Amino acid sequence: MTLDLSWVTTWVDDTVAVVSDNRLRLSELDREIGDGDHGENLDRGFAAVKAKFDALPEGSTPGSALKLVATTLISTVGGASGPLLGTAYLKGAQALGDAAELDADAVVALLTAARDGVVLRGKAEVGDKTMIDAWTPAVDAATAAAASGASPAAVLRAAADAAVEGAASTEPLVARKGRASYLGDRAVGHRDPGAESSSLILIAAAEAAEATEG
Amino acid sequence: MKKLINDPKTVVDESVEGFGLAHADLVRVSPDPLFVARAGGATTGRVGIVSGGGSGHEPLHAGFVGHGMLSAAVPGPVFTSPTPDPIVAATLAVDGGAGVLHIVKNYTGDVLNFETAADLADAEGVRVVSVIVDDDVAVKDSLFTAGRRGVAGTVFVEKVAGAAAERGDDLDAVAAVATKANSVTRTMGVALQAGIVPHAGEPSFVLADDEIEIGIGIHGEPGRERVTLEPADRIVDRLIGPILDDLPFSSGDQVLLFVNGMGGTPLVEQYIVYRRAAQVLAEKGIEVSRSLVGNYVTSLEMQGVSITVAKLDAELTELWDAPVETASLRWGR
Repeated sequence: MTLDLSWVTTWVDDTVAVVSDNRLRLSELDREIGDGDHGENLDRGFAAVKAKFDALPEGSTPGSALKLVATTLISTVGGASGPLLGTAYLKGAQALGDAAELDADAVVALLTAARDGVVLRGKAEVGDKTMIDAWTPAVDAATAAAASGASPAAVLRAAADAAVEGAASTEPLVARKGRASYLGDRAVGHRDPGAESSSLILIAAAEAAEATEG
Repeated sequence: MKKLINDPKTVVDESVEGFGLAHADLVRVSPDPLFVARAGGATTGRVGIVSGGGSGHEPLHAGFVGHGMLSAAVPGPVFTSPTPDPIVAATLAVDGGAGVLHIVKNYTGDVLNFETAADLADAEGVRVVSVIVDDDVAVKDSLFTAGRRGVAGTVFVEKVAGAAAERGDDLDAVAAVATKANSVTRTMGVALQAGIVPHAGEPSFVLADDEIEIGIGIHGEPGRERVTLEPADRIVDRLIGPILDDLPFSSGDQVLLFVNGMGGTPLVEQYIVYRRAAQVLAEKGIEVSRSLVGNYVTSLEMQGVSITVAKLDAELTELWDAPVETASLRWGR
């Protein structure tokens, strides 16, 4: 079982929907420890991605489509999440090259490169109360699932479940990066909005894979 | 929420459009990608200076575009940094062949987007040097945080860098002046009440009637502590003490004393703050040789002020005094 371009387009459609549905909730999380516009910014970015995907060029590959997501997010989201998520998609796209079909190992390569991109740009590590707290457990779980012979969809499901747990794990943490770092101890008890939105994106990836694998 | 707006989605575009109409003698507005540049365009052989960041801090930055200060300003959405595209467009538009200085406030989003834009402009053949402003003493500067924020001191950095560019300094020299200005500038702010972001429709944070937040950034992010409201003099002492200790400033220093309103505090209160700050400096033998009071780096209608002290040497004084003609800072011309 492999994933192809239709998985990417479904993933994008699902992400657009889930970001729109969670716009206010993400901004509310951001208002608690940041400036309250995370949902707004992501919604603007993915709405722009959807417009681009409505006219996806002929001959697109999963990699080229994800690169389009990357450049669109970088040029529409702003703030810190635009460059961070944009870099994640960009590095993920580069890891795929021009492959038309992705097996479990390719999915792991995509997620690993995406995570490494966020680390490179944001210079954060696990425990800093950032989106890395969702991405790194997701990569670890995906790697383990692929090693045990899981299908691409099962690899993504493992990644999504781990990201959800990772997002929840940011609640007791003191933020050390981004605007929330200025809160000190007062960020404790609040979930990081970037980790939460990353987990939503990975859930969408898993659901899209399950749908396209049939 | 009561605001004079048409639609939260069009606040920035309509505001910048109005700014361009009101100051057509000074600036030209590019609507898409959105940036504000000097009316005269790039000057051949002269360093361009671009700054920018989230909207909601007016007159920062567009109010400082003009002779002797910025070449262009890039407004992002309210409290959100602009994306790289408009920054690149502004950079290319103001390059006169001598390169462009980016003046960036130290907020993660601003730094990441300007960094990306600088790479892209470089790929287009325009040399860009970036100076990060981080004048806020309220937050710790450490490897484990995003570091000190760039706040009201940005006006001082933009003014002296603009003057250096105007007199014909090359890019490295302009960047060196900006870096020096940042290194001698310290700021700390207080909030009495939050502003309201148009698309959120409610205050960014809530303070009780008798509460104030010491050490806020320009979006109201906290820095030090939440305390009970006190008389103005006592609050000023809480702000200026850490500022003077930080550099440190000492007897005999000449300084710029800058009291900045955050948008919702009237000048009558700002001058009460200035009075006490000037008293404290005088008691310590620090000479206030230049001053500035008013709303220059705001946080929508947040109630509060920041105090900035910048240590002046002969060069910085000369650059501060140099003629400037912008919508919000204008003298000597």
